[in-house]
Amino acid sequence: MAEREKVAHLLRRATFGPTADEVDRAERAGYQATVEQLLAPAGADRGAARTPAPKLGADPYTDLPKKPTREQRQRAQQARKDQVQQLTHWWVDRMVAADHQLAEKLVFFWHGHWATSVQKVKSAGLMLAQQQTFRRDGRGDFGVLVRAMLRDGALIHWLDGQRNTRKAPNENLARELMELFTLGIGAYTEADVKAAARALTGWTVDRVDGTATFQQARHDGGAKTVLGRTGPLDADSLAEVILAQPAAKTFLPARLWFRFASGEPMPGPVRDRLSAAFAGHDVSALVRALLLDEQFTATGGQLVKQPVEWLVGAVRQLGADGTAGDKQRKQLYQGLTRLDQVPFKPPSVGGWPSGTAWLNTFATQTRVQLAQALSAAASPAFLERLSAAPVAGRPEALARLLVVDAWTDRTRAVLADAAKDARKLTVLGLISPEYAVH
Amino acid sequence: MDTTTRRRFLIASGVVGGAALAAGATTLALSDLLDTAGNRPEGAKTLVVITLYGGNDGLNTVIPYADRAYQDARPELAYDGGEVLRLDDATGLNPALKGLHELFGSKKLAVVRGVGYPKPDRSHFRSMDIWQTADPERPGNTGWIGRWLDGAGGDPRLAVSFEKVLPPLLAGERSAGAVIGAADVKLPRAVTAQALAGFAKPSAGEPPLQARAAACFGDLARVREMAQQVKDADTDSGDGDEEKVPATGTGGLAGLQAQLDLVAQCIEAGVSTRMFSVSLGGFDTHADERDLQETLLSYLDRGLTAFYRRITAHPAGKDVVVLVYSEFGRRVRANASDGTDHGTASNVFVLGESIPGGLYGEQPSLTDLDDGDLKFTTDFRDVYASALDRVLQADPAAALNGWKGRLDWW
Repeated sequence: MAEREKVAHLLRRATFGPTADEVDRAERAGYQATVEQLLAPAGADRGAARTPAPKLGADPYTDLPKKPTREQRQRAQQARKDQVQQLTHWWVDRMVAADHQLAEKLVFFWHGHWATSVQKVKSAGLMLAQQQTFRRDGRGDFGVLVRAMLRDGALIHWLDGQRNTRKAPNENLARELMELFTLGIGAYTEADVKAAARALTGWTVDRVDGTATFQQARHDGGAKTVLGRTGPLDADSLAEVILAQPAAKTFLPARLWFRFASGEPMPGPVRDRLSAAFAGHDVSALVRALLLDEQFTATGGQLVKQPVEWLVGAVRQLGADGTAGDKQRKQLYQGLTRLDQVPFKPPSVGGWPSGTAWLNTFATQTRVQLAQALSAAASPAFLERLSAAPVAGRPEALARLLVVDAWTDRTRAVLADAAKDARKLTVLGLISPEYAVH
Repeated sequence: MDTTTRRRFLIASGVVGGAALAAGATTLALSDLLDTAGNRPEGAKTLVVITLYGGNDGLNTVIPYADRAYQDARPELAYDGGEVLRLDDATGLNPALKGLHELFGSKKLAVVRGVGYPKPDRSHFRSMDIWQTADPERPGNTGWIGRWLDGAGGDPRLAVSFEKVLPPLLAGERSAGAVIGAADVKLPRAVTAQALAGFAKPSAGEPPLQARAAACFGDLARVREMAQQVKDADTDSGDGDEEKVPATGTGGLAGLQAQLDLVAQCIEAGVSTRMFSVSLGGFDTHADERDLQETLLSYLDRGLTAFYRRITAHPAGKDVVVLVYSEFGRRVRANASDGTDHGTASNVFVLGESIPGGLYGEQPSLTDLDDGDLKFTTDFRDVYASALDRVLQADPAAALNGWKGRLDWW
């Protein structure tokens, strides 16, 4: 495989969609150096600085009087909805603009992993606070992240942690913690779930400001046995017990593999290499090992782009963020609703689907319509570069700009028919089967 | 989240794999379905199931307007006798259901009240699982239609969904129905029919997922062709509606009308499909319910009435039965936000030329409640058993775990 194809594959997976210039730079730097640059970028993230997180202020519900009128309540509800939309659009802007792309992509990975939906949480502030935890703790010691998440207001609210008390345990969070976040199904028993729920009692979410606090009186301080360890376990010691399990060493590597490498099961030798890299629970060491693994290079075409990846990547490659006005950008982002992947609104605690779930008639139809809007928003620079090629060479010029390694003859024939018109050609490139997978 | 739902989402998100059903795994091209035209056994009937996701407020759909307790429990939300479309001296339909009211008048629509199951669960996911698996005790991961399909030979073309993903309803033990994503037909000018056909061509040696992406263009082209034959195809869910409508659970984002248009096409073409699943989402009306529910019910009414008029103009239409249900009704008493919280028993609509229309099922008392909610009077498995028996011409016991009940009027 040519070096350019290798780094293009790396960047398609480790970013939200590389531009041709980014691939050029990576090709010059080489694969290994590019991995290091992704993991520890030199220089400040100017794109992130250009897209600062919204200052949401207090949750609109905090100002409501004890007995609000219907109008007051409706206003507060609307204000909450507006905040959620503001936050969602901001995050998509940030995904587009961030220079430190892998860091941003990992935030998105964690969001899908600890999949919490604002549909139930309702508060944009809580969702943003959760995301800040991913930003702060998502690339270091996994144990630190787990302990932080067990104190996360949005997650506790989402999984009914505030209803989990000494008198009336609620197993929701305890079960998902083991099943979906740390160990995987089958690595614990129902008795472990019950005991873990007792260990997590006492954490509650403040109804006004959404912060999670520990209330000793609601905590069950008695002895519990979880995964063979007995003691007066609480949230932190529970996290420790869980992460000491052998299953913890393979679970997260498998989840990262599933999202960054392939929908196919991880080969045994890869699992061994990645779990060895993850022995100290260092997420960055695990990600490095994954991106440098020889098997990773061979996974091209084994993932369907998630809608967010498809849309954000297209905006980045077309330079559409600079061209589109606020209104046009909002319309583009609304497309994520139709594609069924709206940030902050995963369908369930299981996170978003993958693979062929994104490939159906309705999704194809929606991508066609969005491609039209994307092409209309393409930057003059993009269109000039495409039009600079002679008509016969434009499909190849488009492949370079959209970072597609090669068109099949089938697709090239469709593109050739439209090559005279750069915008039309762009629409067809964006909806092509080659661009739907990576 | 309960095990079943979780399991389903785990499957969808790839946490578990193996023989489990992945969402979208049984996506078929519409052409695969149309190829079956003419393979239909003589006299085979068709069941169309419409799922209303989110918990449609049954008391404001089939309205006991003459009951003081109804007016008292929800002063801001209640409809009075002057507003409802009357079915009799005590009961009326929501004013948005004009078309269905006419069909009731012509004895084609059966309204079954108080349908539910023992020990009702008020979680959307779990209750929807219970309705779709038809197992109130331990909803597993097979649906009642899926189990019927197992017994009917397992051809996925026999049970088809026009939703985005396969509902559990259509998942069997050994087989599963097919998903065919509905799509509306407005394509940008850049994307010609030739371009669609061009992208649809398989290319030797391409990765399987890329091949699947290409195959979707074949589906899309076919859907377009069909839909262009439908005059005035009017989709009922334009851009921006999603913002208005809360989206709990799933439910077709492609308009109900668009989904039903495709069903009508298939029925007219005489395909072998015996069961179609379509849906409408957004019924989770915890706040400011009246306008929102009327909007949604008018989608249902317009879509369903247009569908019914169309198929009954065709010889195949006389053998079609439509079933409409939701995962639960809502609390009798309104909440403080002019909405209602999750409830229990509710109504089921059964519509068809062969149906003895009328008002059935005992209206649950609005004062003798189970923790604020209605007590069910008809077990939903009786409805399913009759549908399996009368429409799918199958032994209900096999698909319903030995259930013996039936609706006595159907």
